[in-house]
Amino acid sequence: MHSTVSEQTAGRDHLRSTADNGLKIVIVGGFGVGKTTMVRSVSEIRPLNTEETMTRAGIGVDDPSGVESKSTTTVAFDFGRISINDQAVLYLFGAPGQERFWFLWDRLFSGTLGAVVLVDTRRLDDSWYAIDRLEHHRMPFIVARNDFGGSHHTLEQVREALDLSPDVPLIDCDARDRDSSKKVLIALVDHLYALSARETTP
Amino acid sequence: MRRLGPDDDPDRLYTVTGGRSRADESRFDLVTLVVSECDPTPGMQSEHARILAMCQYPMAVVEISAELRLPVSIVKILLCDLLDGGRITARHPRSAPAAAQLPDPDLLKEVLVALHRL
Ligand SMILES: Nc1nc2c(ncn2[C@@H]2O[C@H](COP(=O)(O)OP(=O)(O)OP(=O)(O)O)[C@@H](O)[C@H]2O)c(=O)[nH]1
Ligand SMILES: [Mg+2]
Repeated sequence: MHSTVSEQTAGRDHLRSTADNGLKIVIVGGFGVGKTTMVRSVSEIRPLNTEETMTRAGIGVDDPSGVESKSTTTVAFDFGRISINDQAVLYLFGAPGQERFWFLWDRLFSGTLGAVVLVDTRRLDDSWYAIDRLEHHRMPFIVARNDFGGSHHTLEQVREALDLSPDVPLIDCDARDRDSSKKVLIALVDHLYALSARETTP
Repeated sequence: MRRLGPDDDPDRLYTVTGGRSRADESRFDLVTLVVSECDPTPGMQSEHARILAMCQYPMAVVEISAELRLPVSIVKILLCDLLDGGRITARHPRSAPAAAQLPDPDLLKEVLVALHRL
C-alpha cells in the first residue's frame, strides 16, 4: 500500500524545498470557454482537479426548522502551477463562474492576486455575472476574449456589450496557445502592478 | 473519477475525519505549503500516511486534495491532526492581502519576471 503511494509521488515534479509562499490567480468563465485549456497551456504540471464542498449552514443560510440540513454546495475546479523563484509559487485556478461558485469565493480565493475573466463572444451572457461578482469582491481583473473564430465583433463592441469600465484591460487570446495564454497572465499582472504603483504613489 | 463527498456514506466520511467538525479549517489556505516532519508509521490512518509520504517536498493543500481525491475541507481536517501532532509544518502564504488590498509591487515584479521567462 505504502509503496504504491511512493511510486505515484515519485513521478511528479515536486517544488523546491525552499518554496514557502503560495500565490493565487483565478481564471473564471462560463462552461467550455477554455479555462482548463489555458491552465494547461502555461502550467509546469499537468492540470489537476479537485472540489470543495460546503454545507448550507456554513454559508450563512440557517435552517429555520432547526433540523440539520443535508443541502451542500459543491464546486469543482482545476489548477496548474508556475514556479516564480526559490520561495514563491503561483497556482493558477480555472473555475466556473456560476452562482454557487461565489459562495465559496472567500473560503477558497481570499488573498488571490487577481482574476482573468475568459469570455466567448457567442455567449457573453455567461460573463456578466462573473464580472459583477468580482467587482463586488473588489478583486482586480482583466477580461480575455477567447478566439473561437467567426466573431465579427471588435473589442470595443465587446467592451460595450459587457459594460466594462475603461480601466479594465480587455484583450484577445487563444487559450490553446502557450504564448497567447502567457500574454494574458502578463497583462493581468501588469494591470495589478499599475494599480499597486498608483496606490503607493501619493 | 471517484471522490468522497458529502453525499457518500456518512460512516465513511466519519472514518476519514474521525468525526471532527470543520471549525479548524481556516488554519490552512488553499495554497498553504505542507512539509512532512516525519515518516509514516505502521498503523497510522492511511490518509495521514499518504500525506506524510507525498509531502517530503513542499506541497500545496490543493495538490494534496487532488492527489487524495478528497474535498479540500476534508483534507484540511486531516492536516490539522498532523499539525497538532507535530508531524507536518505549514508554510502559509506570506502576504495574503486582505480583501480590496493590492499585492506588494516587489512581489508582482518577481511574478512578471517569471512569466516573461515562461
Ligand atoms: N478554437 C478554439 N478552441 C478552443 C480555445 N480554447 C479552448 N478551446 C476548445 O474548447 C473546448 C473547451 O475548452 P476547455 O478548456 O475544456 O474549457 P473549460 O472552460 O475548461 O470547460 P468546462 O471546464 O467544461 O467549463 C476544448 O475542446 C478546447 O480545445 C480557443 O482559444 N480557440
Ligand atoms: Mg474545464
